[in-house]
Amino acid sequence: MELNIRLFALYRERAGGDTVVVTVQDGATVADLTDEIRRQIPNLAPPEVKIVVAVNTDYAGSDIILQPGDDVCLIPPVSGG
Amino acid sequence: MIELTEKTLDPEKITAKVRRDTNGAVVTFLGTTRDNFKGKAVLTLEYEAFDEMAVKKLGEVRQELMAEFGLEQIAISHRIGTVGIGEISLVIAVGSPHRKEAFNACHAAVDRIKEVVPIWKKEVYQDGSRWVACEDHEFSSADQSPAGNHTH
Repeated sequence: MELNIRLFALYRERAGGDTVVVTVQDGATVADLTDEIRRQIPNLAPPEVKIVVAVNTDYAGSDIILQPGDDVCLIPPVSGG
Repeated sequence: MIELTEKTLDPEKITAKVRRDTNGAVVTFLGTTRDNFKGKAVLTLEYEAFDEMAVKKLGEVRQELMAEFGLEQIAISHRIGTVGIGEISLVIAVGSPHRKEAFNACHAAVDRIKEVVPIWKKEVYQDGSRWVACEDHEFSSADQSPAGNHTH
């Protein structure tokens, strides 16, 4: 399935755009997605930094299974306040 | 009483939202923008949010704290967009019958907001800019860090 991933802040700048289209297998997990994103955009985050994912506006653990049409966003380390 | 706005924050107005005759204490925290990063001059700050999720997470933090401290009045406003130096970027106002809960809930609110709410700030310098992160060192690189080649 094809997912339209939204990017913010640092990740948006590093990827050079506010969305990226990623193709993963049906039944793919959040971990599968971040592996694919690292292949597609190697400079997005250093290997030691976990890429945090939000699915439908909630933080999603790495074993969450993605569904077609999910609102998937990558969340760089936050710095509000 | 959750707000994400590009407009200047008015702490008095936000504080007024948590005033009640049944409350003996109001604690208001102001987050303000600093003019330097490790001595390097910051010209301005740019805040970006994942709006829908930020509002949702701010609401969750507020609900959790109200339950945890047995409070009914907490107001949180966060500024986004370009914010000048010395301006207010965050206001948290807590009203409580007694001061202890108000102080504790306000302190906990700042910590949780900085941890879970998808808002990012970028410091703009004379010669570049940097996305701030709690784990600053993880994002150091030639194009990001004012310290240049500083890595961990």
